[in-house]
Amino acid sequence: MSATSPVTDFRERRMRLLPLDPLLLLATLGLTAASLYTVATATQDDIPGDPNYYLTRQAGYVGVGLLLMLLISRFDYSRLREWKLGVYGLMIAAILLVYGLGFSARGSKRAIEFGFINFQASELGKLLLIVSLAAFVVDRMRRLDDRETTSRIMLLTLIPAMLVIGQPDLGSGLVYLAVAIAILFVAGTKWTHFAALGAIALAAVVIVLVAAPAVGIEVLKPYQVDRLTAFLNPTDNPKEEGYQINQSLTAIGSGGKTGRGDQATQTRLDFLPEHHTDFIFSVVGEELGFVGAAIVLSLFALLIWRALRILTMSKNLYGALIAGGITAMLMFQVFVNVGMTIGIMPITGVPLPLVSYGGSSVLVTLMALGVMQSIYARARETATAKGL
Amino acid sequence: MYLDNERRPTLTPQLAVRVALIGGVALVAFAVIFFRLWYLQVLSGDRYLAEARDNRVREIKVQAPRGEIVDRDGRTLVDNRPAMAVVVSPDRLPDAEAARQRLYRRLGRLLGMRPRAVRREVESQLQATPYSTATVKQDVSDQLAWYLLEHRDEFRGADVERVFLRQYPHHEIGAHLFGTVGEMTAEQEKDPRYRDVDLGDRVGQSGIELQYDRFLRGRNGASRVQVDALGNLNRRLSKEEPIQGRQLRLSVDLDVQEAGQEALSAGTGRGAFAVMDIKSGAVLGLGSTPSYDPNIFSKGIKTADWKRINDVDNGAPITNRAIQAGYPTGSTFKLVTATAALEEGLITPDTPLYDPGSFTLGGVTFENAGGVSHGALALRQALTVSSDVFFYQLGAQLDSEGDGLGLQRWARRLGIGRDTGIDLPGELPGLLPTPKWRNALYKAGDTEKPWTPGDNVNLSVGQGDLQADPLQMAVAYATIANGGRVLRPRLAQRIEDSSGRAIQQLEAPTARRLDIKPEYRQAILDGLRGAASAPGGTSTAVFQGFPIQIAGKTGTAEKGDGRADQSWYVALAPWPSPKYVVAVTDEAGGFGADTAAPMARRILAALFHVKENRLVEGGGPSD
Repeated sequence: MSATSPVTDFRERRMRLLPLDPLLLLATLGLTAASLYTVATATQDDIPGDPNYYLTRQAGYVGVGLLLMLLISRFDYSRLREWKLGVYGLMIAAILLVYGLGFSARGSKRAIEFGFINFQASELGKLLLIVSLAAFVVDRMRRLDDRETTSRIMLLTLIPAMLVIGQPDLGSGLVYLAVAIAILFVAGTKWTHFAALGAIALAAVVIVLVAAPAVGIEVLKPYQVDRLTAFLNPTDNPKEEGYQINQSLTAIGSGGKTGRGDQATQTRLDFLPEHHTDFIFSVVGEELGFVGAAIVLSLFALLIWRALRILTMSKNLYGALIAGGITAMLMFQVFVNVGMTIGIMPITGVPLPLVSYGGSSVLVTLMALGVMQSIYARARETATAKGL
Repeated sequence: MYLDNERRPTLTPQLAVRVALIGGVALVAFAVIFFRLWYLQVLSGDRYLAEARDNRVREIKVQAPRGEIVDRDGRTLVDNRPAMAVVVSPDRLPDAEAARQRLYRRLGRLLGMRPRAVRREVESQLQATPYSTATVKQDVSDQLAWYLLEHRDEFRGADVERVFLRQYPHHEIGAHLFGTVGEMTAEQEKDPRYRDVDLGDRVGQSGIELQYDRFLRGRNGASRVQVDALGNLNRRLSKEEPIQGRQLRLSVDLDVQEAGQEALSAGTGRGAFAVMDIKSGAVLGLGSTPSYDPNIFSKGIKTADWKRINDVDNGAPITNRAIQAGYPTGSTFKLVTATAALEEGLITPDTPLYDPGSFTLGGVTFENAGGVSHGALALRQALTVSSDVFFYQLGAQLDSEGDGLGLQRWARRLGIGRDTGIDLPGELPGLLPTPKWRNALYKAGDTEKPWTPGDNVNLSVGQGDLQADPLQMAVAYATIANGGRVLRPRLAQRIEDSSGRAIQQLEAPTARRLDIKPEYRQAILDGLRGAASAPGGTSTAVFQGFPIQIAGKTGTAEKGDGRADQSWYVALAPWPSPKYVVAVTDEAGGFGADTAAPMARRILAALFHVKENRLVEGGGPSD
């Protein structure tokens, strides 16, 4: 922090010295460091003649992201509540823009080319949805037990969720749904509502995976269905959908206790697909073994613990709901991504937060953590003001 | 719950429970992940490590060249020629059907094949051997190979492989001995002797190549390389060099072989010869005319070529007349009749028989060739002048005395009408006529008359139904000359390393031994010697002036139906202690002295390194 002059206004000085949660910061820095190391080793042979292609870019994203995180932590997140309609509208607009202008990455339209970043609206949408959805929930707090409240919130979630699933980006759509459930859960929505939502979700799954294909309507692309169900029996079709899972299991398993380091042939020889993005945890497992994987997972545990703590500390409901949404976003992505690499979850195309290579995901996650730090800072500030 | 957002909320019990629930979910999820990781990495780590190794290591087969075949002096008879083959490797073949079609089309255009033919080749081979490469075309030009290598992107899945093709530098010389190589057949695949052979490898399919395949075939090498997920070669891990097959030294003398085949070609163009060491059975030459160039087999024979070499009107060049054709042998058979008559006690070497020029039995008159009368003569003289009537009488007598099978018994013992056991596949036994055989045919209605003594009279001079080949005659003559050992002819001498050092001698198995009185054998040999040297000898004229003294018998087999007589000659040399036997026949050469005897002289000249300024004309008394 810059030095303060003796004449500086007390308020302003306090603003600058707003505290950050040190453990959350530690987990954040630890995970980004793990990301840089893993991306560097995993991609050194990917682009001939430019071994640091992915590393320099990821380092750039991390640098910008950390800066954004610090900046955002300075602002009072409570202001966002007033802009909820604008935020929600921005999210929908961004997602629709991708439909209009988006370029195709491996057959799915997800990103807009935006200078040197291919901007993925669905990633930014995660944060925007949390911020706006939390505001809508706060507005209807007094009628929280009404079924209408839950329905409206779910409708507000389903609109962007269906849009991104149609891109097709199934993973982000599921994150949106998880976030909405978490916000309602933290707000105190009745259990009966969740039970009803669960029943509807089950019916939806049955319709999408079983009933609709039976009558010839294709809700999910066949490859998405195959990916979703392949983890149940990866050896059935080792050349196609099971291939990624098998290669990932082989990579992680071959890492053993302490990893193969330079000998990580699954990664280095390209047997492991998407090794710098969705399957980066497999690279950690192969190169650094059980020990390395445990360290990364511990950092995530730390991150989630601090996030839940900030949730309970928040000076207001809005902050608590945002914290709940962000926590859910992180948890869902970590468990689904890691679960996918170790073969206990379907392949849904969810990145590992902070670790997977990718500008949009890294920036948005760091921005979300900036919001978390902001909630922490306001909570500490209020506590201090009350003479704690 | 919080009703006013602006007031600092206290942590309500309800929120605490819900946060605790979220924390609990996280805890359970982390626990599941940790257990799963423990299972994968710590408990099953070794298995996955092995899988990762398998993933990246590919074995590339390096074909081993077959061993060379050399003659007794180490001169190359069969060797290898490195060539380029266009192959398709299964792991680089595109998965998409359209991309495969494109590849087949491009390859077809490049190689001048129809895309469907390319596809059939590739698919049938990959079905049989899914992990090794499928050969699309053997022996493409260097330019074509380089073009393909330089345009690999357009031919994804195709590759160029170095292969060794069999090469026969002497073309038609010895073609019937070496045989052919070709891809392992379905039966060979199941045969335990071919256990070490990789599918798609070429192994011996006939001749020496087949007989000694286990020595001649090498051991393929393997290059273990690390590949990436696309199958691109990344690093060489280890290399096992291919080991060339053993060199095989034959007892064949290239000069003799060449002389024999040239002599035969100069005749009527259909015939065969055999040259054998009478002590060891080592074959110095064995040939058949017409011959063919075995190089047509080395990269897969064309249908037209195959038809041509099997065409009977063309003499069916693929037939090895030295071991696969049966002929009446004419008077050369008299050696057998003499042995039988002596050993069965009909005559002694000095028993005189009267030859009035013809012999009548059961109303049928058998005449000497040309109807000449030789008067009273004993065995030696009878052989020398080739008196038919002398042997007619013995034939008739052998048919009536004892069981009437004396002649057949001795013919069989001497190896007539049965396999010699030479180390060359495909030998045919021929036919030794017996009463039993003839009567069975008669019963089946396949012949007009049953066995009569006249059949034995015909057999006694090598006429009629007899079918024997030059190698059988060589074995019979060698038996009389070597003291009674019926040899098993041997082409292969020893197995060597590539520099010609012996690794294993290929000993001929012990031959059958016949107990024939030495004075009988000597009488027969004297008779043969006279035939080639005495005044009035059937081949005396032919061997006049030849520096090596020999004994030999002419033969002229009547084939009836207006066909030209078959000419025979069997020689033993050098006199008086013979080392070699030479048997030669020309299917339409007429009198033995006219055609076969001069051929034998030419072969003997090569055998004894005699320089002859001119080719001898045939001629002399008829036999």
